[in-house]
Amino acid sequence: MTASIASAPDTVQLRADPDTHKLYGGWRIIARKEFGDHVHSVRFVILVVLMALAGLASVHSASGPIRAAASAATDVPSIFLYLFTLSPDRVPAFHEFLAILGPLLGFDAVNGERSQRTLPRLVAQPIHRDEVINGKFVAGIGAIALALAAVMAVAVSYGMLRLGVGPTINDVVRMIAFFVVAVVYIALWLALAIVLSVVTRRAATAALAGIAIWLVFTLFGGLIAGLVADTVHPVPTTSPTTEQVLANARLELMVRRFSPSQLYDEATGVLLNPARQSTGLIIQDTTSQALPSTLSLSESLVLAWWQVAALVGGVVVMFAAAYALFMRQEVRA
Amino acid sequence: MPPEDDGVALETRDLTKHYGDRTAVDSLNLQIRRGEIFGLLGPNGAGKTTTILMLLGLTEPSSGEARVDGLDPRRDPLSVKRRVGYLPDDVGFYDEMTARANLEYTARLNRLREPDATERIEFLLEQVGLSSVIDRRVWTFSRGMRQRLGLADALIKRPSILILDEPSVNIDPEGVRELLKFVADLRTDEGLTVLLSSHLLHQVETVCDRIGIFVSGRLVGLGTVAELAGALDDDWVFELGVDPGLSATHLAGVVGAVSGVRTVEGDGPGRWMISAGRDVHLELLSAVAAAGGTIDHFVRRGADLDAIYHRYFTGRTDDSEHRVGA
Repeated sequence: MTASIASAPDTVQLRADPDTHKLYGGWRIIARKEFGDHVHSVRFVILVVLMALAGLASVHSASGPIRAAASAATDVPSIFLYLFTLSPDRVPAFHEFLAILGPLLGFDAVNGERSQRTLPRLVAQPIHRDEVINGKFVAGIGAIALALAAVMAVAVSYGMLRLGVGPTINDVVRMIAFFVVAVVYIALWLALAIVLSVVTRRAATAALAGIAIWLVFTLFGGLIAGLVADTVHPVPTTSPTTEQVLANARLELMVRRFSPSQLYDEATGVLLNPARQSTGLIIQDTTSQALPSTLSLSESLVLAWWQVAALVGGVVVMFAAAYALFMRQEVRA
Repeated sequence: MPPEDDGVALETRDLTKHYGDRTAVDSLNLQIRRGEIFGLLGPNGAGKTTTILMLLGLTEPSSGEARVDGLDPRRDPLSVKRRVGYLPDDVGFYDEMTARANLEYTARLNRLREPDATERIEFLLEQVGLSSVIDRRVWTFSRGMRQRLGLADALIKRPSILILDEPSVNIDPEGVRELLKFVADLRTDEGLTVLLSSHLLHQVETVCDRIGIFVSGRLVGLGTVAELAGALDDDWVFELGVDPGLSATHLAGVVGAVSGVRTVEGDGPGRWMISAGRDVHLELLSAVAAAGGTIDHFVRRGADLDAIYHRYFTGRTDDSEHRVGA
C-alpha cells in the first residue's frame, strides 16, 4: 500500500474506488436473466401457443371473404392487411388478446422476489437498486416483442398460404408500424402489472388485480362510456335530433379514449387500413363524400399520432410510478 | 491516492434509523477492525438487520453515518457492495434454478468472467459441502443446505468483509459449529473481516473476538466475551418459585428487605426474579422460609446471554417489552 502524500488531510477521508466504472450496466445482466426466465417459463409458452391459435383462427376466418372479394375487386388497396382487421365470424382479431401478455408477464416482478426472499440478496450485489426494476421492465418488453413477432409470423405465413399473395413493401412497413404500436400498448399493461407487483405482497393478488383492470378497460370500457354518455346527453327514443345523437356519440368516444385499448384500436385501425381516413366519428354522410382513395403510411401516422403519443405517455407514467414506488420501499418490507 | 489505512473495516457514527415513531437504531457508534470477527448480539427486533442494511446502503439512515472501508454506502453503494459479502437473514434463492445457476447469476452481477466464475463456484460449493448437489434445483434443498449455499453465494465476489445475519437460525447445532468453524478459517486464511448477528450468545461466543450487545436499537455492552462476563461477576440473578398461597406484597417486602438485593420482580404467579449485588442465596432462602413460604424452585441464572440481557434490561427504564425468561 502506498503511503499517503503529505497533503492528504488527516481527517477520515472517503476513499474513491478506482474500479467503479466496471460496475455499470447491471440492468443488462438482470434483463438477460429475466428474459430467459420468461421465455423458458411454461406460462410464456402457453400464452404464445394460445395467441398463435387465435391468430390462425382470425386469419382463417378473414381469408375466406377476402378470397371471395379479391377476384371481384381490382382496386382494393391492401388485401393483405385485411387479414388483421376483418373478422366476419365474430372471431376477435388476435391482437386484441395480446394485451393480456402484459399483466401476465409482470405481476410477480417484484413481489416474486420478495416471496422467494431473493430481493435482499439481489440488491446486495454491486448494482443500483433501480437496475432491478429497469432490467425487469426491459426483459418484459423483450419477451412481449418476441411473442408478438412469433405470433405475427405464424399469422402472416398462414395468410400467405391461404391468399396466395404476399404482402407488398408497403404492407410490411405498415405491419412494422403496427408491431411497434402493439408493443408499446402491451408495455403499458406490463408497467401497470409491475406497479401492482410492487404494491401488493402476493403475486396472486397482483395477477388478479391486473387482469381485472385489463378486463374493465377492454371489455367494459365501451359499456361504461355508453352509460356515461346516455346519462349526460340522453338521446330520446322518439325522433332524436342530429345534435343530440352527435353530442351523445362525441361524449361516448371521449370517455372511451380514457381506455388504452380504445387508443390502441384507433391507432392500429388506421395503420392497418390505408383506406381509413379518420380516427374519430364517421358519419354516414361523410363516408359517402369521402374520396375512395387510400392514405400513405405517413398520412396514416399523422392521423394516429396522438393516440400513439398518449400510449407512450401512459407507459412512461406507469413505469415512473413503478420506479418511484419501488425505490421508496424498504428492502425488508 | 487513498489516505493511510486506519485499520477500520466497518464504522458507524451516531447511526440512527427511525421508522415512523419507532427508533430501530439509536445513535449507534461502532468500530470493527480489519480481520476481526465481531458478534452483534441482541433479541429479535433489536435493530441488528436494520444496522446491517444501513452498512450496505440498502436503507437510508435517518441520521448519522456508516463507513465501509472508509466508503460511504450512500455515496458509493456499488463499491461498498462489491467488497461486502452478505448472507441475509432467512436467505432465499430462485427455486426453479439449480444451485450452480443461482450462483452464476450472482457471479455475473459481480462481473466475474466466465472461466473464473465457474471455477470459483465449484470451489466454493466444494468448500460448503454442496458439490454433489450442484446441479440440483434449489427447491429440493433443506434449510441448512440453503444456508450453506447462501454462504457460498456471499463469498463469490471475493469479499474483504463478510456480513452474516442470524446465520445460526434454522440449522442444527452441528451445522452451526461447522459454519462457524468455516467462518473462523476464512478469517485466518484470507484475513476477512466478519460481522455476524445472532440472538444466541452461546452459539457465537467461541468465534467472536468482540461482541456488542444490542437492545432496542442501542448498544448496551461492548467487549470480549471475557470482559462481558467479568462485568457480570457482581450480578446475581435468582429465580424463585414460592407456593402462591403467600401474599405477593408480603413476600416482596420480605425479600426486598434482605441486604444486597437490588430488585424484586414478579414473573408470573408465585414466580419471582431477584437480582442482587452479591451472593445472597442463604439469606434469601431463610427469609422466605421464615415468612412461611414453601419454596418449590430456586436457581441462579448463569452468566449467559439471558443474564446479560437481564442485566442491561434492568438498567433501563422501559424494559417491559423485553421480559426475559418469562
